[in-house]
Amino acid sequence: MENEAGALSRVAGLFSARGYNIESLSVAPTEDPTLSRMTIVTVGSDEVVEQVTKQLNKLIEVVKIIDLNDGSHIERELMLVKVRATGSADREEIKRLTEIFRGCIIDVTDKSYTIELTGTSSKLDAFLEAVERSAVLETVRTGASGIGRGEWTLKV
Amino acid sequence: MSVELTGAEITIRCLQEEGVQCIFGYPGGAVLFIYDELFKQDKVRHILVRHEQAAIHAADGYARSSNHVGVALVTSGPGVTNAVTGIATAYMDSIPMVVISGQVPTNAIGLDAFQEVDTVGITRPCVKHNFLVKDINELAVTIKKAFYIASTGRPGPVLVDIPKDVSQQKVKFEYPDKVSMRSYNPVTKGHTRQIRKAAELILSAKRPMIYAGGGVILSNAAPQLTELTQLLNFPCTNTLMGLGGYPATDRQSLGMLGMHGTYEANMAMQYCDVLVAVGARFDDRVIGNPKHFFNENRKIIHIDIDPSSISKRVKVDIPIVGDVLDVLKELIKLLKESKEKPDQGALKEWWKQIDLWRERDCLKFDRDSKIIKPQRVIETLFDVTKGDAFITSDVGQHQMWAAQFYKFDKPRRWINSGGLGTMGFGMPAAMGVQLANPKGKVACITGEASIQMCIQELSTCKQYKLPLKIINLNNRYMGMVRQWQEFFHGNRYAESYMNALPDFVKLAESYGHVGMKIEQPGDVEGALKEAFKRKDQLVFLDFITDQTENVFPMVPGGKGLSEMILV
Ligand SMILES: Cc1cc2nc3c(=O)[nH]c(=O)nc-3n(C[C@H](O)[C@H](O)[C@H](O)COP(=O)(O)OP(=O)(O)OC[C@H]3O[C@@H](n4cnc5c(N)ncnc54)[C@H](O)[C@@H]3O)c2cc1C
Ligand SMILES: Cc1ncc(C[n+]2csc(CCOP(=O)(O)OP(=O)(O)O)c2C)c(N)n1
Ligand SMILES: [Mg+2]
Repeated sequence: MENEAGALSRVAGLFSARGYNIESLSVAPTEDPTLSRMTIVTVGSDEVVEQVTKQLNKLIEVVKIIDLNDGSHIERELMLVKVRATGSADREEIKRLTEIFRGCIIDVTDKSYTIELTGTSSKLDAFLEAVERSAVLETVRTGASGIGRGEWTLKV
Repeated sequence: MSVELTGAEITIRCLQEEGVQCIFGYPGGAVLFIYDELFKQDKVRHILVRHEQAAIHAADGYARSSNHVGVALVTSGPGVTNAVTGIATAYMDSIPMVVISGQVPTNAIGLDAFQEVDTVGITRPCVKHNFLVKDINELAVTIKKAFYIASTGRPGPVLVDIPKDVSQQKVKFEYPDKVSMRSYNPVTKGHTRQIRKAAELILSAKRPMIYAGGGVILSNAAPQLTELTQLLNFPCTNTLMGLGGYPATDRQSLGMLGMHGTYEANMAMQYCDVLVAVGARFDDRVIGNPKHFFNENRKIIHIDIDPSSISKRVKVDIPIVGDVLDVLKELIKLLKESKEKPDQGALKEWWKQIDLWRERDCLKFDRDSKIIKPQRVIETLFDVTKGDAFITSDVGQHQMWAAQFYKFDKPRRWINSGGLGTMGFGMPAAMGVQLANPKGKVACITGEASIQMCIQELSTCKQYKLPLKIINLNNRYMGMVRQWQEFFHGNRYAESYMNALPDFVKLAESYGHVGMKIEQPGDVEGALKEAFKRKDQLVFLDFITDQTENVFPMVPGGKGLSEMILV
């Protein structure tokens, strides 16, 4: 969509006004600074998703829309998670888990680790389940960004 | 080299470039520079209303009756909030309109400045698009875009919010001839393969039905709709918004359909085997309960310029995205070229069935009543104006009787708020209609409750000598509310009684108009004739009508189209 003030609130407003679900939404400018690209994750029947798509297309600032589920695609989300890490056994266990999930520890204190993790949203969920619930001090997630597989590109 | 102009001058110059002849508005601090420029020129006429809601309704009536973009000008804060009802009304009925609003100076935005509201935020859900112009360099192109967006594709209101400092700053003025926007490219031509499929389906129909809506009016396709209908000898029904799209006095017209549609239209809609929906959006007031609608099998062709109107409430078989005008032209051409014709025997049977439904005479009422029947007033109005008036209406029973009993043969003659159902619309809209059609006969059909929502506009009518005929069907009730309470709430008429009514005759007179009170059925015709003889005067006709009259047929909420309550 056009990288213009207010465009984001039109999208968000549309979802709330029409009662559509918005699971996550991530947005930033593209290589062309006049355009920004947004990935929205929503749930609904085929009819609802069809209406969502049509209604979004009607927004004047929206340039193009694709449903990534129409083809194969890649989806990634970034999560930063701060976990309690006190005893050395705990610290080792968390380091091991982080490795298994191919994350990295990006900040350390004697009581905590901050871990950076990317992957599909379900992988991030799985990591949180693997860590002891009470050890999780804080999480922040970006919501999914998606792109189609292969040489095909979304161009305006 | 062009000279430098202020933002205010540019705003007015843009309106001139767009060929705008008449705008409706109300001044205030944030738009004073713009008003100053209006004052200095005489190409754009400004009509001063008495409330911003009326400015928008008037611009709306102007647009609906003329096919020009309606234009209104309001100040920041309360000017805008007063305008919101009007903007939402125009939005729901897809009316092309540009609203210019003043805003506090850019450096004051966000500081809870005097008369500041987040105009773009407040109006966002009820405009086709809106802009806040923070940079004077963007002003002219933004106004150009506003007119372009408002009038193309599915039309709608567009708002341009101009901060006071921007109206003061100077820049070279250049008005672009054209704008193109990569993110906005409305379709006009329908997909030929889809149109071909539609033609085939039409030719195979045994019990066909054409269901035409506001899109026919908006795309100026009434002649094409008429040609198609008559070419095929198909029955045609119109939505409330589509009245006049097909001549109502013609044999093939089944009248309006829907909640208060005719028996024959609703039955034919329910039992047809091929339905051609033309610029109509399967509103909940039109098809009733969608599940019940699908108890019968039928194939549906849907022509609409807005893809989101298609398969929104009703799944269709052949969607055609495009301008009704273009699509109908192509469809007619295909049908004329084809050697085939629909099964004439089956069509004859279908017409026989429809005529049986017609015999039910669903709009009958007591013609010998000693009390004035509202239906009778409208019928007489039709006769007295020879069906050639512009009719606006407010919202309620009177609106439905107007739709049922004034037979609209031409498009853009019936001006009402269908989607939002805004009481208070009628008189200000009529002002816009009269200004767009100075020679036209303009009547506003209203009720004693609705008329009081914008009654202050009697003053505007005086100032600009607008000779409207106000037909007040005075039943001393919010009749439509009372009817629902009678049918669905055990006759408990909670707050639907209009107590302490003004003396409308004196009220009209106090504004400098003519007032007439009509209490006897025998006086209806004479009064209407007398009113229309007074060509230069606004006449307020207060008809004291039957308090207990109800609108029939009626499809109750949640019921199917064939489950009408009949008189
Ligand atoms: C008290 C009350 C009672 C009512 N009862 C009834 C009733 O009994 N029957 C009834 O019909 N309505 C009734 N209504 C009105 C109802 O609420 C809707 O406003 C109306 O039915 C919608 O009409 P429409 O389907 O023609 O759509 P509109 O609102 O006129 O929409 C037009 C459609 O055409 C499309 N379009 C626009 N321009 C073009 C173009 N150039 N080319 C192609 N397509 C185009 C648009 O995208 C849209 O889908 C009532 C309203 C009130 C207030
Ligand atoms: C602004 C607004 N408020 C409330 C309503 C709900 N409403 C619909 S019809 C109606 C009564 C209208 O009464 P009147 O104008 O006397 O018309 P009648 O039905 O009696 O012909 C009301 C209150 C509305 N449509 N618009
Ligand atoms: Mg009333």
